[in-house]
Amino acid sequence: MKPVRAEPIILDDLTLGYDRHPAVHHLTGRIEPGAMLAIVGPNGAGKSTLLKGLIGELRPLGGRISGGAGRRATLAYVPQKDGIDVSYPVSVFDLVAMGLWERRGVFGAFGRRDGGAVSEALGLVGLSGFERRAVGTLSGGQLQRALFARVSLQDAPVILLDEPFSAIDNATMDDLMTLVRRWSEEGRTVVAVLHDLAAVRAHFPQTLLMARHAIGWGRTAEVLTPDNLARARGMTEAFDDEAPFCEANPVGHDDGHGHHHDHHDHGPGGHHGHGHDHPHAHGHDGAQGQARKPEPASNAQAPHRHD
Amino acid sequence: MIDWLVGPFVEFAFMRRALAGILALSLAGAPLGVLLMLRRMSLTGDGLSHAILPGTAIAYALFGLSLWHMTVGGFLAGGAIVLAAGVMARATVLKEDATLASFYLISLALGVLIVSLRGSNVDLMHFLFGSVLALDDPTLTLVAAIASLTLFGLALLWRPLVLDGVDPGFLRTVSRSGAPSYFAFMILLVLNLVAGFHALGTLLAVGFLVLPAVTARFWARDLNGMVLVAGIVALGGGVAGLLTSYHASVPTGPAMILMLGVAFLLSVFLGPVGSVLATHRAGRHRTG
Repeated sequence: MKPVRAEPIILDDLTLGYDRHPAVHHLTGRIEPGAMLAIVGPNGAGKSTLLKGLIGELRPLGGRISGGAGRRATLAYVPQKDGIDVSYPVSVFDLVAMGLWERRGVFGAFGRRDGGAVSEALGLVGLSGFERRAVGTLSGGQLQRALFARVSLQDAPVILLDEPFSAIDNATMDDLMTLVRRWSEEGRTVVAVLHDLAAVRAHFPQTLLMARHAIGWGRTAEVLTPDNLARARGMTEAFDDEAPFCEANPVGHDDGHGHHHDHHDHGPGGHHGHGHDHPHAHGHDGAQGQARKPEPASNAQAPHRHD
Repeated sequence: MIDWLVGPFVEFAFMRRALAGILALSLAGAPLGVLLMLRRMSLTGDGLSHAILPGTAIAYALFGLSLWHMTVGGFLAGGAIVLAAGVMARATVLKEDATLASFYLISLALGVLIVSLRGSNVDLMHFLFGSVLALDDPTLTLVAAIASLTLFGLALLWRPLVLDGVDPGFLRTVSRSGAPSYFAFMILLVLNLVAGFHALGTLLAVGFLVLPAVTARFWARDLNGMVLVAGIVALGGGVAGLLTSYHASVPTGPAMILMLGVAFLLSVFLGPVGSVLATHRAGRHRTG
């Protein structure tokens, strides 16, 4: 086993979204190297958006991401499977071999050693002998195994998985979780968006429960409480085009009233957007979130709407 | 039989020139067309082939039937429409297929109008259907140069172009080459449409890109095999059309495209991969 040096990923008052509407709202926290973090929350909670922010595909509307994220060489990302065109006539070997992109790039030739590495990665996920098969002939579980083999080849210190086990049977999930644990033991940071709470409790020591903002971030058992889950379900999903601009990231005026959010209407469900009174779990090793008063932003960013 | 096949080429230089032109169009068109089809852009190619018309027509109106002016004009018009359709699709509610269809209709109408104002019906027929039997040396050199550039460019950018089709999200996370290689691909596409325009005219220019590629889909399971089959189909259909046109005294461009069309229709029904026959004949199944 080769040790991997991952950097911590630091989210500093991060707001991500589309068209000025926040999908991830004022998120602050730290993902430690080697952590296994599950991101959980209802549909529309901003989980995939957060991953897009981490890979640098989406620029923050406010706040920032620093540390070991946002740079190509340090990240391996498994998107949801529907992004792949399985009708494209490429073989499993070709698909998995693209994990070597960082080493071979656009022009580099594939040698015999690369072929060996691809076969080895396929063996790791139980797909030995599938090299010549067309991608379109794989089952959903086999395709996911192939994508995990590709991640293995990428040899990245940070691995992001977007709903890796949706529509995957238990046997496949157990095999792939073995691989995920191995990545973590090698010192890689693994962040996975998941829906299956039982799987999260069984396999992931750290959890971020979010409903646009963080409801809880820390040890899985302390985050996935019935109370927290009920609060996550209370999130309003629709964007409100008439929502006022969020004052937590004031542009041009820093008279301090941006720290008080009581005047905002947070919609039904009674949750509060800005974290002062969240039951965050503090002081754990590994990943943890801190409720933190946002400071006036020094960099001018466009204001975003509040809901 | 041998004489039927070889005689015209031995006897006439214009037939040999047409053969060389078809060879160039086939070699470049096959890989480009396969990538185009796999990106679900066959119709985009068709639309673009009309988009080059106003450029060639304006060049014709200003400079007459000048190869270089019409080539540059067509390339500029095609490039401008690609950019305009792309920008408009990103800036407005319309999708790229809708913007491109709008632009190509406008282009076709404008181009036909300009040619009609300036020239005769013979010239218009030349614009619409090309003149593969009248390829002079400079035109042939241009077509061959475009084919060489295409093969070179595709060889260079093959990996990002294929990955951008299979898994664009992944390509974005490992490399910045997606957008530039796509842009280069579109430039090569416009160049090949201009080459096709000289031989086949604006209405059929895309024929050597689309028909061989979709035919190859029924004969090969992997990408390399498809490109190989597409090249053979393009060359075979082109030569068959050329000979048919010579012996039966019918227009050459349509004859070649119709031969490709025959190959396509036969493959739809009889090809070994995913054809009507292949999907409806269950056959014996294996044990595992």
